[in-house]
Amino acid sequence: MLIGRVVGSVVSTRKDEKLEGRKLLVVQVHNHENKPVDQYVVAVDSVQAGPGDMVLYATGSSARQTELTEGRPVDAVIMAVIDSWDLGGANVYEKWA
Amino acid sequence: MFLAEVLGTVVSPVQIPILNGQKLLLVRPLTPDGRRSGKTRIAIDKAQAGVGDRVLCIDEGNSARGIFKDPEGAVKTIVVGFVDSVDLEDGRGFHQLGARARSNRS
Amino acid sequence: MYLARVTGRVVATQKYKGLEGVPLQWIQPLDEDGQPMGAMLVACAAVSTGPGDLVHYVDGREAALACPVKFVPVDAAIIGFVEEAVSKGRHIGRGGA
Repeated sequence: MLIGRVVGSVVSTRKDEKLEGRKLLVVQVHNHENKPVDQYVVAVDSVQAGPGDMVLYATGSSARQTELTEGRPVDAVIMAVIDSWDLGGANVYEKWA
Repeated sequence: MFLAEVLGTVVSPVQIPILNGQKLLLVRPLTPDGRRSGKTRIAIDKAQAGVGDRVLCIDEGNSARGIFKDPEGAVKTIVVGFVDSVDLEDGRGFHQLGARARSNRS
Repeated sequence: MYLARVTGRVVATQKYKGLEGVPLQWIQPLDEDGQPMGAMLVACAAVSTGPGDLVHYVDGREAALACPVKFVPVDAAIIGFVEEAVSKGRHIGRGGA
């Protein structure tokens, strides 16, 4: 999985019917040091993530392993909202700081 | 499937149960003319391969689960064959370099 | 399957159902010389490992099959603790850092 920040949402009125009712969020990828990189992904939200949240997303066929995405044309899904992470023992990100 | 060279071995005493008793090899993909290329992987040995051998690998879950006869096994990368030689139409290719090839020839 | 080093921990309380209690860890994939290979990623730990450990992991849908609940959106899972890896006749790292 990779980490990213929810920077927006996608409104799409005309789309494959199997995508109807699915919340699509724009995620900007961050690296392990919490630096944003120039890479974005549109992912279906499965965990009630909100704007500004740091999230974890899974890609590929794994993204279809939720009740919301099974059998649907989805290749990225947000599967966790991150509270914090550390690297080499040092705190890098803290949601509630 | 891809061609690979066995570079080493991996000893993992604590792992998911399906891997218990399986030999793990460090393999590096090869181009058809024998150059190293792509990401180094760990593969489950199902071909009695050894370090230095050139082998045939799969890295795909459905095939791997078929080999293990377990539809829910978390297996993916497997050494499925030992390569004696690869022959390309332009004359390039490679022959086995490992110890077993030498013993086969002798 | 790939060789990697556990480099950190990720805490997330809001996760897709079925992932409760499954640790999330940062891992750095390694090449045959024990050098970093590509970017760090986050993996579920299907076996007990911690920062500094040498491990192997699987990517793709197989990662979910290594988790306690198999129908989960997971695309990378640590599936073994590596005690010793030998490449080209040299030790490329021991289990603990």
